[in-house]
Amino acid sequence: MSVTALKGEAPPTPAKKSADIVQLAVPARPAKPSRLAGLARGVAVAVVPPAIVLALLLGLWELLCSSPGATLPPPSTIWSEARDLIVDPFFVNGPQDIGLGWRVLTSLQRVAIGFGLAAVVGVVLGVIVGQSVWAMRGLDPIFQVLRTVPPLAWLPIALAAFRDSSPSAVFVIFITAIWPIIINTAVGVRNIPQDYRNVAAVLRLNPLEFFLKIMLPAAAPYIFTGLRIGIGLSWLAIVAAEMLTGGVGIGFFIWDAWNSSRLSDIIVALVYIGVVGFVLDRIVAGIGAFITRGTAAA
Amino acid sequence: MSAYLQLDHIDKSFTRGGATSEVLRQVSLGIAKGEYVSIIGHSGCGKSTLLNIVAGLTPVSGGGVILEGREVNSPGPDRAVVFQNHSLLPWLSVYDNVRLAVDKVFSGLKSRAERHDWTLHNLDLVQMGHARDKRPSEISGGMKQRVGIARALAMQPKVLLLDEPFGALDALTRAHLQDSVMQIHANLGNTIIMITHDVDEAVLLSDRIVMMTNGPAAHIGEVLEVPLPRPRRRLELVTDPTYLKCREAVLKFLYERHRFVEAA
Repeated sequence: MSVTALKGEAPPTPAKKSADIVQLAVPARPAKPSRLAGLARGVAVAVVPPAIVLALLLGLWELLCSSPGATLPPPSTIWSEARDLIVDPFFVNGPQDIGLGWRVLTSLQRVAIGFGLAAVVGVVLGVIVGQSVWAMRGLDPIFQVLRTVPPLAWLPIALAAFRDSSPSAVFVIFITAIWPIIINTAVGVRNIPQDYRNVAAVLRLNPLEFFLKIMLPAAAPYIFTGLRIGIGLSWLAIVAAEMLTGGVGIGFFIWDAWNSSRLSDIIVALVYIGVVGFVLDRIVAGIGAFITRGTAAA
Repeated sequence: MSAYLQLDHIDKSFTRGGATSEVLRQVSLGIAKGEYVSIIGHSGCGKSTLLNIVAGLTPVSGGGVILEGREVNSPGPDRAVVFQNHSLLPWLSVYDNVRLAVDKVFSGLKSRAERHDWTLHNLDLVQMGHARDKRPSEISGGMKQRVGIARALAMQPKVLLLDEPFGALDALTRAHLQDSVMQIHANLGNTIIMITHDVDEAVLLSDRIVMMTNGPAAHIGEVLEVPLPRPRRRLELVTDPTYLKCREAVLKFLYERHRFVEAA
């Protein structure tokens, strides 16, 4: 605000007593860099406060964990011990000695399959539950009970059914992510305004056309809320599932590091998990915002 | 019997939680082709229900609707509705909202190019060709209603049903749209049923005004012919004795004989 105010006031002054202060050339300077400065300001506002807080937290951590009796390593020790993990996410030194980037990608692949299936099945079931009163009466109580089952409680059953760890992990993702997708889709479908249904009725849209042209766009904001909750839960569940199933993923890496007392590696892995989870959430939210840009303002 | 659209002894009652409330009783009305009929009455008299019955959106409890000699009891594009709150799909552009209707109604009858031209033609009819790429949220209420009318007209309906189409608009915009509708009616000769609670609007636009009694169990209280020649001009009518007499008749019906009891 103050920048624009200055800009507005500056030009009249030289115009009135132009002869005296020509050499100052004040108006030329703020005019051009103002946009760049605005951009830099925006970035600074977004980056500087969290950077300061992060630095303070790291300092505090260093301080607390530097004493000889500390049970956890301070940041400096982590940096010296796990430097290869931090600096290069994609190194390959052997079948079990690979960068965290590769492990994250393996986990992401499982999430992609499990979450993708959950999205398709969840939207279809949600539409059925939202459309049909009888489907809701029949299915909703079952869904409400099943959705409270913790993800890992499904794992033994999945292992027994699939007799293999990888599909079991995918199944855990699926069963974790599907409930919020079903429930939100059903709410979205139930909330389609009667007006839109009347329009569809007057036009005699068939069920498929109604689904594609009215129901999906009208319920899209709800569906994406469900998908966003679902992707967050999937990422929570995969780490836990991989700890138990083993293999290559980031979850097993943490378990493996714990068993060989590499605390620094665990902390680095936690940072990876946090960042990837954040990015996943932003991606789904971004897609949702892009697709539903017309629907929100009705 | 020979009417283009015949409402034949329509009864309608709603049942909710064991309690039955009778909304309409024995409503009969014949409408000729090209006629403009307004249905007027106090809120809650069931006039919207009646329109929804003609549209096929609400099933009758008794009686029936006969269009060109055939009973109609489900919704269809031959009875296009202009909804009170426009009901445009917010995720589609103005053009796509109309095009959706055109594509559906003329899918086997017109080529792609013809459907495109027909969509634009109908948008031009309501003077909305300039805003065809805008979304409903980007245009004013009056413009939305214009697009709603264009969508209904584009279906080439046998009967156009207007459900308080100008109710949510300010007076000036409303006058504009009324003129547009009169123009379209004069050019295309549509058969139109309009629900309204605005006496001036009813007299200005209609050939006949159907006055409903108060519910429950509302029925047609009186039908008034409006013998004003067309084209009608708003300003000239202000002092026209026939116009004033019609207006008085409707007002008397609504406020003397069938006062809205709950209002006060």
